[in-house]
Amino acid sequence: MCLAVPGRILDISGDDPIMRTGRVDFGGVVKEVNLAYVPEAQAGEYVIVHAGFAISTLDEAEASKVFEYLREIGDLDELEVGDDAVY
Amino acid sequence: MRFIDEYRDPEAARQYAEALAKITTRPWTIMEVCGGQTHAIIKFGVDTLLPPQITLLHGPGCPVCVTPVELIDRAIELAARPDVIFTSFGDMLRVPGSRTDLLSVKAGGGDVRMVYSPLDALKIARLNPDKQVVFFAVGFETTAPANAMAVYQARQLGIKNFSILVSHVLVPPAIEAILSAPDCRVSGFLAAGHVCAVVGFEEYYPLAAKYRVPFVVTGFEPLDILQGVYMVVKQLEEGRAEVENQYSRTVRREGNVPAQALLREVFQVTHRKWRGIGEIPHSGLALRPEFAAYDAEQRFGLAGPGVEEDTECISGLVLQGVKKPHECPAFGTRCTPERPLGATMVSSEGACAAYYRYRRRELFSDPA
Repeated sequence: MCLAVPGRILDISGDDPIMRTGRVDFGGVVKEVNLAYVPEAQAGEYVIVHAGFAISTLDEAEASKVFEYLREIGDLDELEVGDDAVY
Repeated sequence: MRFIDEYRDPEAARQYAEALAKITTRPWTIMEVCGGQTHAIIKFGVDTLLPPQITLLHGPGCPVCVTPVELIDRAIELAARPDVIFTSFGDMLRVPGSRTDLLSVKAGGGDVRMVYSPLDALKIARLNPDKQVVFFAVGFETTAPANAMAVYQARQLGIKNFSILVSHVLVPPAIEAILSAPDCRVSGFLAAGHVCAVVGFEEYYPLAAKYRVPFVVTGFEPLDILQGVYMVVKQLEEGRAEVENQYSRTVRREGNVPAQALLREVFQVTHRKWRGIGEIPHSGLALRPEFAAYDAEQRFGLAGPGVEEDTECISGLVLQGVKKPHECPAFGTRCTPERPLGATMVSSEGACAAYYRYRRRELFSDPA
C-alpha cells in the first residue's frame, strides 16, 4: 500500500499550486504526477511517487549513504580486528 | 531502474549480513510495521541472511489488512447501489467482508472500478455527473495526502457527486499499542520510510525514550532493510534507544510540511478500530466537519453498529507479532490467497500472503 517509486521529472505544468503536475519518467514508463507537495522540485530531479502524488524529493547526495555506511563499518572492523577484516 | 537496482546488490547484502553477524551477541526481536517492507523481506529472503539470534516480526503494517470488516461491508453496500460508481485501490477488492467481497459485487453487475490514484476517481466523478462516485480512502500516513487532496480539489472545483469512505489509520499509535501490551517481545523497530517521508519522525522520540526501544527509519530495498536492522542491532548491543534515519535520501526529520498542512486542513485525528486488534485511541483520521459533505458514511447514512468476526483466522495475533503466519492451522490449507479467511492472506503485503507466495514449499516440506 505504501509503495512509492522514484522517478525523474521530465517537465512541469500548471500554475495553480494544488494542480501543479509533472510528467515523470519511471525507467521508460511516463506518468502524470501531482507535484503540489514538492513545490521545490524542478525538471530533471527525482521524486518519490505514491498514488499519483510526489511525496518527497530524492536527495541525490544522500543516495550513496547505504554504501558509505557499509564502507565505514568495514573500516572500523579492520581497525579492530586487524588482518581478520572483511576485505 | 536508477535508485532501485543499486540497493539490490547481492555482494553488498552479503557484506551487511557478515557485519551484522559480527556485532550480534544476543537474541533480538525486531518488528517492521510496513507491508511493503514485509513483502521485500520475504521476497528477497532478507530474513534468511540474518544471524540466527535475530527474529523479524511483521507488525500491523498493511492498511488493507487492518480495515475493519464492517467498513468493508459498508463499501460492499455502497458498491451494490445502482446510482454509485465505487472506486478503490486494487488490493481492497478481494478482501472478505462478513458475507462477500467487492469483486463479487462487480461480478454481480455493480460498477466497481480499480484506480491508481484518488485523482482518477475525481476524474470519473467529473465524467459521470449523474452518478455518485465514492472512493475507498484506505491507507496510512503515506496515502492520506493523496486522499486529502482529492477532497480538497473536489471542493475547489465544485464537484458535488464525489465522496470518500474513510478508513485512515496512523502508525505511531499502533506501535504504542504493541509496546504497551504486557507480553510485548519487540526489542526494536524499523520505522516505515514512506510514512515518515510524509509526517517525519518526531513522534518516535518520546516512544523511544518511554519504552527504551530503538527506532530506525528504514527504506524498502534489501540493502535499506539490512542497514536498518544493522543500525537497530548496533543500538541494542550498545544499550542505546535512539531514533535514527537510514532512509535519508527520501526522509527528512520534519517530513513533508506542505502535505502535513493540507492533511490538517482536511482531516482530524479520531479513534479507529483495527481489524484483528480492536479499537486503538487516536489511531486514525476522519474528515473534518467542514468537509462532512464529502464523507460517504454521512452522505449515504451508513454509520451503524459493527459486526463480530467469527472465523478461525488468527490474523490479529499475526499482526501483533505474537504468531508467525505458518503457525496458523488453516495456513495454506483452508486459507489461501484464492480463498482467504482473513485480510493478511488477501493483500500481497499481508504477512500470510507473502509467506504463502514465497515460502510455501519450504514451509510444507520442513517438518519443523
